Amino acid sequence: MLELVQASTYAADIDRLILLIGVIVGVWFLLAEGIFFWLIWKFRAKPGEKTQYLDGTEKHIKKWITIPHALVLVCDVFILVGAVSVWYDVKQQLPDADSTIRVIGQQWAWTFQHPGADNELDTGDDIFTVGDLHVEVEKTYHFQLQSRDVLHSFSVPVFRLKQDAIPGRSITGWFTPTRTGEHDVQCSEICGIGHGVMAARIHIEDANTHAAWITRSTAATTP
Amino acid sequence: MADTLVEVQKQEIHGQDHEHHDQGFVSKYIFSTDHKIIGMQYMFTGMLMAVIGGYMAYVFRMQLAFPGISVPGFGQVSPGEYNSLITNHGSIMIFWVAMPVLIAAFGNFLIPLMIGADDMVFPRINRLSFQVFFISSVVLLISLFVEGGGFGGAWTSYPPLSANADYNQTQLGASLWLIAVALEFVAFLLGGINFITTLMNSRAPGMKAYDIPMVCWMIVIASILFMLSVGPLLAGAVMLLFDQTLNTGFYDPARGGDPILWQHLFWFFGHPEVYVVLLPAIGITVEVMATFSRKKLFGYKLVLYTAVATGVLSFFVWAHHQFIAGIDPRMANVFTVTTLLISVPIAEMLFVMIATLYGGSITLTTPMLWALSFLAEFLIGGVTGIFLGASGADIYFHDTYFVLAHFHYTFFPIAIIGTFCAFTYWFPKMFGKMMNETLGKIHFWGTIIPFNFIFIPLFVLGMGGQHRRIYNFEHFPEIAGPEYFQLREIATIALLIMLAFQAVFFFNVVMSWWKGEDAGKNPWKANTLEWTTDSPAPHGNWPVEDLPTVYRGPYEYGHPDREEDYWPQNLPG
Repeated sequence: MLELVQASTYAADIDRLILLIGVIVGVWFLLAEGIFFWLIWKFRAKPGEKTQYLDGTEKHIKKWITIPHALVLVCDVFILVGAVSVWYDVKQQLPDADSTIRVIGQQWAWTFQHPGADNELDTGDDIFTVGDLHVEVEKTYHFQLQSRDVLHSFSVPVFRLKQDAIPGRSITGWFTPTRTGEHDVQCSEICGIGHGVMAARIHIEDANTHAAWITRSTAATTP
Repeated sequence: MADTLVEVQKQEIHGQDHEHHDQGFVSKYIFSTDHKIIGMQYMFTGMLMAVIGGYMAYVFRMQLAFPGISVPGFGQVSPGEYNSLITNHGSIMIFWVAMPVLIAAFGNFLIPLMIGADDMVFPRINRLSFQVFFISSVVLLISLFVEGGGFGGAWTSYPPLSANADYNQTQLGASLWLIAVALEFVAFLLGGINFITTLMNSRAPGMKAYDIPMVCWMIVIASILFMLSVGPLLAGAVMLLFDQTLNTGFYDPARGGDPILWQHLFWFFGHPEVYVVLLPAIGITVEVMATFSRKKLFGYKLVLYTAVATGVLSFFVWAHHQFIAGIDPRMANVFTVTTLLISVPIAEMLFVMIATLYGGSITLTTPMLWALSFLAEFLIGGVTGIFLGASGADIYFHDTYFVLAHFHYTFFPIAIIGTFCAFTYWFPKMFGKMMNETLGKIHFWGTIIPFNFIFIPLFVLGMGGQHRRIYNFEHFPEIAGPEYFQLREIATIALLIMLAFQAVFFFNVVMSWWKGEDAGKNPWKANTLEWTTDSPAPHGNWPVEDLPTVYRGPYEYGHPDREEDYWPQNLPG
């Protein structure tokens, strides 16, 4: 199996939810296929044997359908509770941010607007980069997702995060990186001929490295 | 009132057609109003389109496994061509293969034969339906060769990419694609009207609602779902066409439009559409399973009601395609509930099908193998859908290969397995000959085994973070490792094997048609009415004085009062 690190606070939650669903539907799947193949084997045609005339309307026969039916509903409730609670945490609520960045999609590159030394967006010391997003580990970020032309989708697999960017809107979301490293940022919504090259990297840095990067980048852009 | 009008029209048309019985080839096979010929026209057009769609899959799978190679029979694949290939592969397989073959071909061929009618209620509308469909296929194929190339904005065609040639760079291709899709919808609306009215009005004397073979019900329910869902999309398509050609701004945020509007219109149609093609496939499978397990269907009404319930629910789940598209996040909770709910009737339907096997006498003929594999494989498609319907998990899985593998595990059983199941089962009725069983089984295993080797690796890749519609994964370091490429190569090689085995099918069709054993009227000893007439059925299906009368339901196998293990619907007593 392919191993993908968990690099945000909610990555583990999403993976746990996937595992929960996997176990529940896995049991159902194996049970259904098992019974299915067993029936095919057990009731294979044998010469001279007549089939049973059942039509499933009598209660004692129908229970073989109605009981599993009710159990499916119960399982659905478990999955629903898990799904909604994860969803609420990732998409519906917004924890207080230590910093805010802006992510702008366009054909076919990601532009990242970092707040710079003053930690405020839209001030003179903002750092703009194309294709490289720099964030500090263990800090909670808000991102403002925008698009200049068509739909894009900001996807960071190690965060388990994905959000479409829509022209004319600014969509706010959040993440908190939990481990340092360098990872892929994808565009996961088809956006034209260059969709396949719309890659970026996210650099998750410890406090010192991140501060050094800010100083270096500010120096580089200051006239 | 409706009855009389219908009768008058039928008599008029049949009166005219019966006057010249020695029709030439063109009027008999090209401009026919006979439902069986129209069914065949749909089927062979659909199969031809399937070959084209399969060829496209071959080209882009080669590019994905071996990026940059010159694909034999195509050449090097450019990013623009890649996008166009995946877009048209999806469009073709759904709109020009699944729909025409499952609904139009088998709907046309089976409904009148199975309900004891001499033809459709509106034979000329039926002919028009195929003609419009044929034109739509031609328009789509032309769109691939115009200046700028075919449309490459995915089969979902999200604006602003699809709305503006500055963004998609396929001015003509995008518009032609849209026109082709709209024409195809018109064709199926015409066909659907026919299926519904025919089932309502032309049933044999004695055939009550619960005596109708399940596959007819399913095709008609599917037609109703299609009619109810396609309107908004057709309107949306016109607006999109205006955006493309007249420079309007329905989907352009800079001019007060909204790109998300299209997504709602598209998926309001797009999700019921899944059930539009699923239900006929379920119907086919049910017929075949009952025949070859010699069993009465376990809960006829249960299957029917769950199909209706699924159909109704399918109108309230569309936004699960848009969880992360920027809709209000609170909406996602509502649609998670409805989406998970739909698992209940579908699961129940599958349980009923499995339960039908209990106490049966199962013969593994080729059609039965297809029917059973439909169930076995569709279950995988069904359970993986839960991951995507659960909003929290969808954040990660959305737009990955997990989604792709999931819907191929639903659509492949529906469109490919379902088609082969029906084709091998009704081939004797269509052509009067039996198909070769050995070749049929070779083809079966040569299709089913590679199929799983194509898509199980893609599930794994999707879980590993591989996103969709990327022509070359080398640009993304995390998913460009050798273990990822190994999985891609397995999928591609399995596809090559599967495609190669389709030659066995076509060989079998030609050989069986040419030299096969004579089928006789009822080779499978089945109960439904189509098996009471000659194979192939003549024009008008039965002699006019000898149209069948129905005395019982379609699945009376193994009845205790009877010596024989089957009891045809038309036998009195």
